[in-house]
Amino acid sequence: MAQTLGGLLQERPVFVNVGVRDFADSLRAAGYDVVQVDWSPPAGGDAQLAVLLDDLL
Amino acid sequence: MARRTVVLKNRYYDSVFLMQAARRIAARPGMRDASAQLGTPANRQVLEGLGYGAGDRDFQEAGPNDLVLALEGEAAAVAAVAADPEPWLARSAGPGAGPAREPRSLAEALERRPDCSVALVSVPGEHAAREARAALRAGLHVFLFSSNVPVEEELALKLEARDRGLLVMGPDCGTAHLGGAGLGFANAVRRGPVGIVAAAGTGLQEFASLVHRAGSGISSGIGTGGRDLSDRIGGLTTLAGIDALEADPDTRVVTVLAKPPGPATAAAVLERLRRCAKPAVLCLLGARRPEGSGVNFAATIDEAVGCALAAAGHPRPDFLDADPAALRAAAAAELAGLAPGQRFVRGLFSGGTLCYQAQAVFAQAGLAAHANAPLPGMGELPDPYCSLGHSFVDLGAELFVRGRPHPMIDATLRRRRLEQEGADPQVAVLLLDFVLGAVASRDPAGDLLDAVAAARETARRRGGHLCVAASVCGTGDDAQGLEAQTAALDRAGVRVFATGAQAAAFCREAAVLLGKEGA
Repeated sequence: MAQTLGGLLQERPVFVNVGVRDFADSLRAAGYDVVQVDWSPPAGGDAQLAVLLDDLL
Repeated sequence: MARRTVVLKNRYYDSVFLMQAARRIAARPGMRDASAQLGTPANRQVLEGLGYGAGDRDFQEAGPNDLVLALEGEAAAVAAVAADPEPWLARSAGPGAGPAREPRSLAEALERRPDCSVALVSVPGEHAAREARAALRAGLHVFLFSSNVPVEEELALKLEARDRGLLVMGPDCGTAHLGGAGLGFANAVRRGPVGIVAAAGTGLQEFASLVHRAGSGISSGIGTGGRDLSDRIGGLTTLAGIDALEADPDTRVVTVLAKPPGPATAAAVLERLRRCAKPAVLCLLGARRPEGSGVNFAATIDEAVGCALAAAGHPRPDFLDADPAALRAAAAAELAGLAPGQRFVRGLFSGGTLCYQAQAVFAQAGLAAHANAPLPGMGELPDPYCSLGHSFVDLGAELFVRGRPHPMIDATLRRRRLEQEGADPQVAVLLLDFVLGAVASRDPAGDLLDAVAAARETARRRGGHLCVAASVCGTGDDAQGLEAQTAALDRAGVRVFATGAQAAAFCREAAVLLGKEGA
């Protein structure tokens, strides 16, 4: 565990951004690699249904 | 003047993008105002209150996955936007945004970049835990900005993270510094020997900015979300963060900054810090010093900065030491021009920790106040939209940010509240925070200064004087510029203090004087 967490603090992170795009833009502007997800609400917006589907798949 | 709404079905955009799109539409010739919001019941209720949507079936049936544009302006301009709203909603690719088509899911993103190590999640609260869980299961640490995530979901995520050797920072986590990168609302601070774990987003920002302004720097800053130190969560992220900072070769001092924890969790954190192999600083805003703890204890962020710098062997900067007598004299001078009946201090904050710290500073003098997020011993505002006596309002609280950007990004709600306080003849002092940073408003001072000037003018016309005190959280390396923001506030007659704690101490002295006068 400490090794994984140590890696988080010591290594240069690569980010995936799910949500507000400004967060990705500011990290990119600072020279970090970021993959932006074009997110939209799952399963027609029903959060509980989406979790049930996750469990089925 | 025409008004109408346009509903676009199944169109999701984040709230920051929508704020920017609405501003572009409102700036079009002929337009007077525009808003772009998801059709949540709360958003529709606000629009109805403004007179939109009466008899419009599409509007009445709009849901949280539908986009609602509310347009006001000359008939031709409104009709033109309504007829073709798409150009106003086109996204421009961000700097270095890469391939044109973005992945539609976390899994797809990780196929493209299997080396991703941290997921930032800021989708609406009801969907956030699902995305965070997917990230953990893919072996990623999670920075969970979303608020309105249920506490049982938070606990499940943090237990899963612990089992996997990963960190969940949040929910409602505003800021972190990881591997040199500033996440969320982070300020531009240099790297250095001081590590911090904070259950307090603006607390981390203020701490990191003051350490930077003192000439030192931050090794890592781990946000935990405000509930982490409740006994329900048990400090899972805080304790993992302390482990990580203790093992981190770049960290010489380990700081923990939070509101008072649950009793069992307080004992666990204290015990962990006592056996920390590095000097430790514990800052619990508004808590009493634990007896015989063997840990450096701080009651304000300023004290925590002082302790951490001392432990790192860095000289103490002059700006941390405000002379109480000078604060008292300055408060007395400001209050000389008050009209009868001006009695109260009203703090309007974009930063929750700064709001909480201000209450702690008031409590030091035994003063009572109300707040929407009260310190133990302070009263809870019966109506968060309406102040009472001395009041401190955190406008970034979950209630205020549901479906809209945080007040550090969008000053609309705080402007409205400032106008409301300015109209109240009982208000003697306004206390404001201005928070800079990568994602914050480009001009936090400019967003409020005309409203400040109008409130002061209203007080003057009543024969009184409105004192406005403030602090600016940030550094000279932030895009907004600490000096430029401070200078703009100075020019407007705002009393700007070096830190949030000092601005609150000034207001505390003013409140003591107001009480003595029995006005």
